[in-house]
Amino acid sequence: MIAVIWEVTSRLSSLPDFMFPGLLQVLDTLVNGIISGQITEAILKSIGRILLGFTIAIVIGLILGYFIWRYKLVEDTLGFVVTALQSIPSIVWFPLAIIWFGLNDFSILFIVTIGATWTMTVNATSGFKNVPQLYQRVAKTYGSSGFHFLRTVILPASVPQIISGLRIAWAFSWRALMAGELLGGGGGLGQLLEMGRSLGQMDLVISVMIIIAIIGTIVDNVVFSRLERNVQLKWGVSSR
Amino acid sequence: MYLTINGIEKSFVNEKKERVKVLDNINIEAEKGSFVSIVGPSGCGKSTLLYLIAGLDRPDAGDIRVAGQKVKKPGPERVVVFQEAGLFPWLTVLENVTYGLKLKKMSKAEAEAKALEVLKMVHLSRYVDSYPHQLSGGMKQRVAIARALVMEPDILLMDEPFSALDEQTRMVLHKELIEIWRKTKVTIFFITHNIREAVQLSEKVVVFATRPGKIKDIISVPSMKDGVMPDSVTLHTEQKVLSILQEEIEKVLKEEMGDDYSFKTGPVHRNDSGDMGSHI
Ligand SMILES: Nc1ncnc2c1ncn2[C@@H]1O[C@H](COP(=O)(O)OP(=O)(O)O)[C@@H](O)[C@H]1O
Ligand SMILES: [Mg+2]
Repeated sequence: MIAVIWEVTSRLSSLPDFMFPGLLQVLDTLVNGIISGQITEAILKSIGRILLGFTIAIVIGLILGYFIWRYKLVEDTLGFVVTALQSIPSIVWFPLAIIWFGLNDFSILFIVTIGATWTMTVNATSGFKNVPQLYQRVAKTYGSSGFHFLRTVILPASVPQIISGLRIAWAFSWRALMAGELLGGGGGLGQLLEMGRSLGQMDLVISVMIIIAIIGTIVDNVVFSRLERNVQLKWGVSSR
Repeated sequence: MYLTINGIEKSFVNEKKERVKVLDNINIEAEKGSFVSIVGPSGCGKSTLLYLIAGLDRPDAGDIRVAGQKVKKPGPERVVVFQEAGLFPWLTVLENVTYGLKLKKMSKAEAEAKALEVLKMVHLSRYVDSYPHQLSGGMKQRVAIARALVMEPDILLMDEPFSALDEQTRMVLHKELIEIWRKTKVTIFFITHNIREAVQLSEKVVVFATRPGKIKDIISVPSMKDGVMPDSVTLHTEQKVLSILQEEIEKVLKEEMGDDYSFKTGPVHRNDSGDMGSHI
């Protein structure tokens, strides 16, 4: 239905084809782009970046979350800062990153990471804090302590909260990645968008937008939803 | 004496930042292999005392010794069964039961073999691979008991373990617990607010007074180790405990409902005497 409306309005509209391409033309570009490797390459580049940035963000987030949960002093100082930092859209860091690292890959990686880190920290902290006292007492009576306690009780008990943190963190870093690539270049889907714009290839721009939407949806609906559902099934939905 | 609780004092700071004394000069002794119950109104510090024995918390004064050794921290020879089973929802029944054994550095195969044996004892062999949410309340509590027993503890600390269960399940578990106690000769320290439960299960009932929690009286339960106790004997002991608690019940009710409340104990009716304990 939408496809038909799109194709028809595009044909009837007074805008020239390169500004408002029809659906068929877009699909053609999309398929060609994937076959020729131009789009595929950009996808791989972007995904590589986000995986790296996202992983770093998760690790940093979990570690910071641990310290905020564990030490009152850290909570009173860093805890507040993190909440403030969380409210800064990550692209805002970009000018700073360019000054620090130059207009390169590393700057993009930086904003991708920083976009997800604070959210991850906040979620990890609240996950750790909400581990029921009962589980902690049980583990301690069986002699668990230190790293074992963290690994077998605190972490698994916060899994539901951590997953919802991952989900939001992913959305933030995905947005940051596109913005960063659009402005910073260095390959990837964002840069392909920019290239399409400067060459006046609207069909390419729209193709890339479709790809971006598809990847975003797949990750959210397939990866995170499935993780969440698995945990709910295993724990029983009402266990929290 | 095997377990000695000697001059325990414990206070907490409440929401208004006042120090509130919860336990005042608690002295209890228990022989190895005995079954001791503590009854008392809720909020009188029963759980607090149990956590002190478990080593989860430290007393302000006094000490607790097991076989002469001072309790300083939690240890696998003193395990706790809590009111809510407290099974880890991310582990299967078998993984829950082997949790403590793996901490003891036992090999996986050996731990699982032991766990299966104990799960059989609590009649849960068919549920080893289930997750806790798939079990009923009574089954969860059985797993919690199995998880504790598999450690072969010297002392089993039980904090109102059956109070969230329905009457039938509780009766079955009473029987199973007594069987386990006889078989394993474990020392059991059992907390309840149900007078009948205390009298039916244990050899010695420690009656707590409230605010601050202190020992009001210690009653020995006449026992016939091999047979079923005649109802009249149990009933008599129940009434004795109730009459000791009467003053405490009145104190709590007055605090909750105002000074005009007065509680009179009439003759205990057999039908609701099981409940009587839970209303104190
Ligand atoms: N960690 C704590 N901090 C402050 N007050 C506590 C704490 N633990 C218990 N209390 C208080 O101590 C009293 C006794 O609690 P508890 O031992 O749980 O009673 P019981 O198990 O007999 O119902 C209660 O008034 C409770 O509010
Ligand atoms: Mg209690």
